Amino acid sequence: MATGTLNNLTVTVLFFAQFRDRLKTDRLECAFSDLMAEGSPDGLSTVDHLRKVLVAKGGDWKACLEAKGCMVAVNQEMAGFSAQVQPGDEVAFFPPVTGG
Amino acid sequence: MDSTTAKTQRTQIDDTDIYVKVSPEPFEPSLELARVKRAGVTGALVSFIGLVRDFNSGDAEVLNTFETCSKKVGKKVEGLYLEHYPGMTERVLEKIAACATKRWPLQAVSIVHRVGLLTVADDIVLVVVASSHRSDAFDAVMYIMDYLKTQAPFWKKSLTSEGENWVKAQDSDVEAQKRWL
Repeated sequence: MATGTLNNLTVTVLFFAQFRDRLKTDRLECAFSDLMAEGSPDGLSTVDHLRKVLVAKGGDWKACLEAKGCMVAVNQEMAGFSAQVQPGDEVAFFPPVTGG
Repeated sequence: MDSTTAKTQRTQIDDTDIYVKVSPEPFEPSLELARVKRAGVTGALVSFIGLVRDFNSGDAEVLNTFETCSKKVGKKVEGLYLEHYPGMTERVLEKIAACATKRWPLQAVSIVHRVGLLTVADDIVLVVVASSHRSDAFDAVMYIMDYLKTQAPFWKKSLTSEGENWVKAQDSDVEAQKRWL
């Protein structure tokens, strides 16, 4: 995976399957400062802060990221919405998995 | 987004030989079994192979019984496209195998999964477990499949006579996984 730009002060966000189709993108770079703006008083940024930044785009972004069963991974490990996010991290949002 | 080349990981956890492969290429079950046997396993070898169905399980809300399945109420599936999250997929499969080895005394675990374009009746997934006793091997295969279906980042898109559609996740798969908690 390519690393973030601007001294890594971004978070790479990936989308898969239905989400990628609906959002018409498979990846974007989110400025870490945008997450901080949504951040909690203790200065920690979480997946939920990132989700709020993206949901604010409305339409399909809100529909996908607030969908029941929306799953998330941080640096390729399954995570919860309260998981911490740092600059340079790779965060992926995807619908429930259907392999096997 | 799909990788076009096979990715293989082989590790040793305690005394268990763990092999994970995610590939767009078809696999040959007999060769995979032979590879596991070469690791020097004894006692029991249990394998599971998942194949592409010819009806759309995304319509499974109306396909609760075998009778309705056989009437093919769902749309006729002509093929399947399997997307995955390269890198994470292999890590998750390896972790599932490692968790299984902590739960049962296993000699070898092998998980092979295809991605990309598949046709009806193609092999999608192969899980092979070797253990001294069959009950441990059977349980471990069930455990690995239950976790694979709910945790491994694969997504199926069915290609039907009426177009393409992403397969919906099944609540029954989540319930099946919960029995191991």
